[in-house]
Amino acid sequence: MAASSTTVTSAGPVRPARSYWERLRGGDEIAYLITFIAAAAILLITALLVYELYINSSVARSKFGWDFLVTSTWDPVNDQFGALPFIYGTLVSSALALLIGIPLGVGAAIFLAELAPPRVSDALTFLIELLAAVPSVIYGLLGIFVLIPILRQVEPALRSVLGWTPFFSGPFYGVSLFSAGVVLAVMIIPFIISISREVILAVPGDQREAALALGATRWETTWDVVVPYAKKGIMGSIFLALARSLGETMAVTMVIGNDPKIKASLFAPGYSIAAVIANEFTEATGQLYTSALIELGLVLFALTIVINGVARLLVMGADKYKA
Amino acid sequence: MADLHTLRRKTVNLVMLTITGFCTLFAAGTLVFILSYLFVHGASSLTWDFFTKLPTPVGEAGGGMANAIVGSAKLLLLASLVGVPIGFLGGVYLAEYGGTTFSFVVRYVTDLLNGVPSIVIGIFAYTIIVLSQKHFSTLAGGLGLGVMMIPIAVRSTEEFLRAVPNSLREGAMALGASKSRAVLSVVIPAAKNGIMTGVMLNLARVAGETAPLLFTSFGNRYWSPGWEQPTSALPVMIFTYAISPYEDWHKQAWSAGFVLLTLVLTVNIIARAVLARTKHVAR
Amino acid sequence: MNAAKPLSNKACKLSVADLNFYYGTFQALSHISMGIFENQVTACIGPSGCGKSTFLRTLNRMNETVRNSRVEGQILLDDVNILEQEVAYVRRRVGMVFQRSNPFPKSIFDNVAYGPRINGTVSNRSGLREKVEQSLRRAALWDEVKDKLNQSAYGLSGGQQQRLCIARALAVDPEVLLLDEPCSALDPIATAKIEDLIFQLKSSCTIVIVTHNMQQAARVADYTGFFLLGRLIEFDSTTVIFKNPAKQETEDYVTGRFG
Repeated sequence: MAASSTTVTSAGPVRPARSYWERLRGGDEIAYLITFIAAAAILLITALLVYELYINSSVARSKFGWDFLVTSTWDPVNDQFGALPFIYGTLVSSALALLIGIPLGVGAAIFLAELAPPRVSDALTFLIELLAAVPSVIYGLLGIFVLIPILRQVEPALRSVLGWTPFFSGPFYGVSLFSAGVVLAVMIIPFIISISREVILAVPGDQREAALALGATRWETTWDVVVPYAKKGIMGSIFLALARSLGETMAVTMVIGNDPKIKASLFAPGYSIAAVIANEFTEATGQLYTSALIELGLVLFALTIVINGVARLLVMGADKYKA
Repeated sequence: MADLHTLRRKTVNLVMLTITGFCTLFAAGTLVFILSYLFVHGASSLTWDFFTKLPTPVGEAGGGMANAIVGSAKLLLLASLVGVPIGFLGGVYLAEYGGTTFSFVVRYVTDLLNGVPSIVIGIFAYTIIVLSQKHFSTLAGGLGLGVMMIPIAVRSTEEFLRAVPNSLREGAMALGASKSRAVLSVVIPAAKNGIMTGVMLNLARVAGETAPLLFTSFGNRYWSPGWEQPTSALPVMIFTYAISPYEDWHKQAWSAGFVLLTLVLTVNIIARAVLARTKHVAR
Repeated sequence: MNAAKPLSNKACKLSVADLNFYYGTFQALSHISMGIFENQVTACIGPSGCGKSTFLRTLNRMNETVRNSRVEGQILLDDVNILEQEVAYVRRRVGMVFQRSNPFPKSIFDNVAYGPRINGTVSNRSGLREKVEQSLRRAALWDEVKDKLNQSAYGLSGGQQQRLCIARALAVDPEVLLLDEPCSALDPIATAKIEDLIFQLKSSCTIVIVTHNMQQAARVADYTGFFLLGRLIEFDSTTVIFKNPAKQETEDYVTGRFG
C-alpha cells in the first residue's frame, strides 16, 4: 500500500550571503552611511566649536590664567582684561530675572494646568508660547523705548520703599542692571510657564482624587499634592530659564548700560558677558583683546553647559518619577 | 456648616485662584501688549520705501531696508542648506538606527549644542571663516545660523519619525521593502507634516537671531552681491538703528521690528495650526 | 420601582432617592433609590460599565470633578441632603479608597496626617501622632510601619500601600467609607488582609464597596445591590441576592451567565 507520501523538500537552494558591495547597492547600507555621517558631523561640529573656543582664547588664557575670572578691571587701552564685571552682571541680571519670573511663571503655570477651564487654558497657553518665539532684538527695542520710560516712572516709588538698601541706591539713568533683569524676566517667563505647565499636567489624576476625597480644596490639592509631585520638573524649567537668560545677548545689551564696573546698586549700569562680546568684538584691536573676548565666550559656554545639564537631569527625573 | 476654619480655607482657595489668574493674564497680556505696540508704532511708519530703498547715509532722513530684507533671505537660504540636511539626516539616524551608545552620545551632544548661546555660535563661525578669510561675509553669517538650526532640526525630525507607529514600518518591510526603502517611502512621508512645520519654525527662529551675525555677516549699507561680502540683515538693522541717536532711524527700527515680528509670528501660528490638525488626524 | 424595602431595623446612614446622573447628554445612572444601613457592609456588583463605580462616586460627590456632569435626586446623609452641603465637609464624613493605591509622594506619617492637617481636626503635634497611630492600627498596618513612619510611602508593597490609603482615609474619622474595587490590583494574600479589615471596620464605620468579584461580595457584604446599565436591578441582603434573587437578571449574573 502506497502510503501517502509527503515529499520532504529541502529548504530550497541556499543563497550565498550577499557581499558588502551588493548590500551597498541595495540601498540600506548607503542610507545608513549617509545618516551616520550626518550624525557624526554633529559630533565633529561641536568638538570643533569647543576646540576653536579653546585655541583662540589661548593668548588671553596664558597671560591671565585663572585670575581672569576674578579680576575686575576691564581696560582695553592698557591691555588689562578681567572677567569679573561681566560674570557679576550676568549673574545678577539673571538672578533678578528669576526672582521676578519664578513666582509669576510658576503661578501662571499652576493656573493654566490646574485651575483654569481647559479651553481658556489652551487659548492662553497658545498666546504665551508665542511669546517664546519673539526675537530677542524686539524685546530689546521695547526695552529701550517702552520699559525704561516705565521704569523711570516706577523708580521713585521703588526708591522710597527700598532705597535704604544698597541695591536701590545711586542715580538711575534708565539703562541699568535692574532694567536688564526685568527684560530678562519677561523673556524667560514663557519658558517657565510652558515647561512647568506640562509637568504639572503630567501628574497622575489619582493623586488629585486622593486629596479631593479627603476633603481638600482645589488650591490645597494643587499646592500640597500636585506641585510637590511636579517639583523636579518645575525646578528643571527654572534651570532651563536660567540657562537661557545667561546667554541672552541683544535685549540685555540694549538696556543694561554697558559699563564694565561692579556696583552694588541695581540702578547702576552694568555689563554682561554676552553683551560685551556683542559690543566690543568688532572693535577689538589686537590679538589679546580678541582673545580675551573669546575667553569670555568660553566662560559663558561652560556656564550654560553646566546649568543646562542640571536642568535636563531634573526634567528627565520628573518624567521617571512614578510610584 | 461653614465654621471659621473652612471659611478660611475657602478664602485661601479663592485668593490663590485670583493671584495665579493675574499671573497668567500678565503673561498673556504681555504678548498682546508687544503686538499692539509694535503695530501702532511700526505699521504707522511703514512705507513702501522700506521695502524698496537702500539705507541713506548717516543723518539723512528717508531710505529703507531693502538690502536687509534680501540679506536676511540669503542668510536663511544658506543656513537651511547647512542646517536642514545635517539636522534632518541626523534625526533620521537617531530615530531609525538609534539605541546604540553612539546614538546616545549624539543625542546628548545635540542637546548640548542646543544650549550654546547664540553669541558663542557667532564666535565659532568667526573663528572658522572670518579669521581665515580675513573679512566678514554672508557665508560666515549663514554658517553660524545653520549651526544653530541643527539641534532643533535633529530633535524635531526624530520626534516626528518616532511618532510614526511601528506597524507602518513593519507593514512595509513585510511586503518586501528593505529598511531604507520603508523609511523613505512610508515613514518619512507619514511624518512629513511635522517635519516640514519643524523646518518652518526653525527658520522663523533663526530669522530673528542677531547676535551670531554681529561679527560674521556684520552689516552693509549697500547691496551685497554673492556670498563673500558682508551683508545687512533685518534684526541687525533693528539693533543698530534702535541704539542710534537718530529719531528717523528709531522709526525705521519700529517698522523693521513690526515686519520681522509679523513674519515670525505668522509662521509660528501657521505651523502650530498645521501641527494641531496633524495630531488630530493621527488619532 | 426600586424602592428600598425595610430590610433591617438598623438606621439608614445614607439614603439615595431617585438618583439620576448624566455625563453631558449620556445618562449613566437612572432612578436609583437605595438605603445604606449603618455599620453594615453594602456591596455594589454588576458587569463592567453598569454604573456601580459612578454610583459610588456620587456618594462623596467625586463625580463633580468630571466636567459637564449633572446630578438629579437626593442623597441623604443622616437625613440631610449632601448635594446641598459644603463639599469638603461631605468628603470628610464620607471617605474613599480607590482602585489603585495612590499615596502621596510624602512619608508614611505625612500621608496619614494629611487629612487631619488640612481639615484642622487635629491641631497639635502629639494629637497628630496619636491620630496617625490610631488610623494605622485600624488599617492593620501599624506593626509593619511603626519604625519607618518617616520613610517614603513608595517603599511599601502594593498591599501595604493600599492599607496606607485606607489608614489615610480613616484618619479624618469618616462615618462612611467608600471602597472602589480596593483589591483589584492586589494578590490573594493582600486581598484577604483587606477583607478582614473590612469586617473589623464596620463596627465603627458604614462601608460601601464596589467589586467585580462576586465571591468577595458574598464574603464581606451584609447587603448587596446589583447594577445593570445604570439601573439598580435588585437590592437585598447578600444571602438573598446570591441564593434566591427575585429578578431574572440578578440570577443570570450571579450564576455567571454573563458578566
